[in-house]
Amino acid sequence: MKILVQREAFDLGAEVAAMSQGRTDIGAVASFVGLARDMNEGSGVQAMTLEHYPGMTEKALAALVDEANARWPLLDTTVIHRIGRLLPGDPIVLVVVASQHRGEAFAASEFIMDYLKTRAPFWKKEETLQGERWVEARASDDAAAARWIEP
Amino acid sequence: MKLRVLYFARLRERFGVAEESLDFSGATAADLIGQLQARGGVWAEELASGRAFRVAVNQEIVTLDAVFPEHAEIAIFPPVTGG
Repeated sequence: MKILVQREAFDLGAEVAAMSQGRTDIGAVASFVGLARDMNEGSGVQAMTLEHYPGMTEKALAALVDEANARWPLLDTTVIHRIGRLLPGDPIVLVVVASQHRGEAFAASEFIMDYLKTRAPFWKKEETLQGERWVEARASDDAAAARWIEP
Repeated sequence: MKLRVLYFARLRERFGVAEESLDFSGATAADLIGQLQARGGVWAEELASGRAFRVAVNQEIVTLDAVFPEHAEIAIFPPVTGG
């Protein structure tokens, strides 16, 4: 497991290569990259600043990955989330999951993103022509996370 | 007991404080919220029932009935918006 919270950009290709280097048991790698959009809630976004809760963030991300490992037989997982000021088009978050077969890798990467959206302590503040605004949590993110609650 | 309380994002800006140490005579997260609401102003407004906020104890999100351990690190923040 690799968990990073950093200001710098990340390199998807390098992360996938690092994960699979020297091993031949991996049959599937699924990845997700989230990018900063130029539009939100109907108005243009010129930049955003991501704040987090140092200490809790890393623990929360590791807990998400632990939970994914408990649900699927995964071979390795990388989660990188950026903080600081980002511009439209900049990558924000990376999730890479390796497993023997594609089903687990697809499912686990979606699960990790859905839980990250509702559990990891990050907050976005957007800069728009009308001024700065904190992004409000979305009910659709709660609904996406709720899909994974086991009976 | 003494509590260390951290605030993040919109709540930090509204309250005008990132961190404070305070004397707490209650037991639960709900007791602390009540104590902070009693300050009035933005505290009463932002922490009113029906407003969405989260409480974490020692870096784990808890429900309002959670009992605080000694020397706990408490954080109060808006619903998260990362990803």
